[in-house]
Amino acid sequence: MRSYLVESSELVHRIRHDFPILSRLENGKRLVYLDSAATSQRPVQVINAVKHFYEQMNSNVHRGLYEMSEEATQAYEDARSNIASFVGAKPEELVFTRNATEALNLVAYSWGRANVREGDVIVTTEMEHHSNFLPWKLLATEKNAKLEVVRITDEGLLDKGCLEEKLKLGPKIVAITHASNVLGTINDAKAIARKAKDAGAVCVLDGAQSVPHMPVNVKEIGCDFMAFSGHKMLGPMGIGGLYGRYELLEDMPPFLTGGEMIKEVHIGEVNWNDVPYKFEAGTPNVEGAIGLSEAVNYLRNPGMNWVRSHEKELTAYALSLMANESSVHVYGPLDAEKRGGVISFNIDSVHAHDVAQILDTEGITIRSGHHCAMPIMDRYGIPAAARASFYIYNDKEDVEALIQGIKKVKRVFSVE
Amino acid sequence: MSDDLYRELILDHYRHPSNFGHLKDATGKYRDSNSNCGDVIQMEVRVKDGKIDDVMFTGVGCAVCIASASLLTENVKGKTVEKALEMGEPDVLGLLGLKSITPERGKCAMLPLKVLKMSLLQGQKQA
Repeated sequence: MRSYLVESSELVHRIRHDFPILSRLENGKRLVYLDSAATSQRPVQVINAVKHFYEQMNSNVHRGLYEMSEEATQAYEDARSNIASFVGAKPEELVFTRNATEALNLVAYSWGRANVREGDVIVTTEMEHHSNFLPWKLLATEKNAKLEVVRITDEGLLDKGCLEEKLKLGPKIVAITHASNVLGTINDAKAIARKAKDAGAVCVLDGAQSVPHMPVNVKEIGCDFMAFSGHKMLGPMGIGGLYGRYELLEDMPPFLTGGEMIKEVHIGEVNWNDVPYKFEAGTPNVEGAIGLSEAVNYLRNPGMNWVRSHEKELTAYALSLMANESSVHVYGPLDAEKRGGVISFNIDSVHAHDVAQILDTEGITIRSGHHCAMPIMDRYGIPAAARASFYIYNDKEDVEALIQGIKKVKRVFSVE
Repeated sequence: MSDDLYRELILDHYRHPSNFGHLKDATGKYRDSNSNCGDVIQMEVRVKDGKIDDVMFTGVGCAVCIASASLLTENVKGKTVEKALEMGEPDVLGLLGLKSITPERGKCAMLPLKVLKMSLLQGQKQA
């Protein structure tokens, strides 16, 4: 409750204090970090949790019978429970993966290979990150199945009519992003999951850009699988999660094989381990899980409702200032209600790379390129775009710095 | 260092690139892109008696990439194929008037030379 009593700006000020990296200089200037959609920064609490693991309990999990290993196992499983509850799942429904990419590949490889047959339909969309597009494209090719792609409107929203058409084909899988990493568009995951279910499909949600930025509850949404990455939500790199409905996970064959994921191995016969361990071959990223659990604790206060409203406010502010800048084109919906804190844009006759490089001279770090979403670039007929993205530690000063940076780009390139 | 990149030489060649367009009677042609940024360059060369008689390029890219292509095409005209194939990063940086470049921007600067070499090699194969 504390957070609601504190003014937002004061809260952001306190949050910024927890992120050591924000006090470094970038090209001699105050670091304005606007690339959280690529990877977020980590608070000192997360860094300390990882450090604590290495200094106090580093040992392998689920193997040792000594005190220290029991402690590590307990910490790893506590992390699983904590992270699972953060997205509304049961602990046994959360498989630790390296990131969202691996989680999506796991579903395509394991569930997909076991269930998709020749002639089946897989539905995905034009606004996907390559990691929720390529696994399905490969699966479709391998199984001789059909990949159907839902188009997006000029505004950057999912074309609902097109989605309905594709659902009529009776797909086996509907794989869709919850929030676009380029357009910012937030899709109505609950409605889509219901429609997918009605059509007899399994709904796979890419939560990489939603779980860090808004309240997400897999049971309320009703999806069958959901993937997310720890490093985009204040956690360490190399840890992420796959939520899978228990019955589905139980029926699925393993993904990677090796240690940990078996009960018994004999030369003639193998018994796989229980869910979720069946999908966690080899020594897992224990410190990653512990760090991510601490990140989840960090996000719980101020809470995800605050995170969403804070980013919405920054996004609306940035969009209003950018609308006043001639020659600047923003992609995706212009209504902050419909989008997350990700703003992709271009400046007339300036390549996105040059935008990013000139902003960097002012200490402003943004992403430029195709954002691993080339179908979106094709859709808008652009080779690349610049992208600024916000998180809990950004403030209005950062937005204003971005606008000043854009003005500088226009000066250097003599753009009116 | 970054501010250096946007000196008039590079900006001029970006805004008004030399040898931009297509070539009649090209003996070699090649197109390639930078996977991470979406820069695309196509080179069309005409080789006569072992020398680069003419070269033109098309494509989209950042200031560094386009300026590099523009300066490079100006530079290699009249050169022997052998000499052009020997060119490397120091030559390109020299043309751009830069002492050094970061690894990411290095890819932008070097794409035109890479494509030029491939177009020359492709021409040799067909000949």
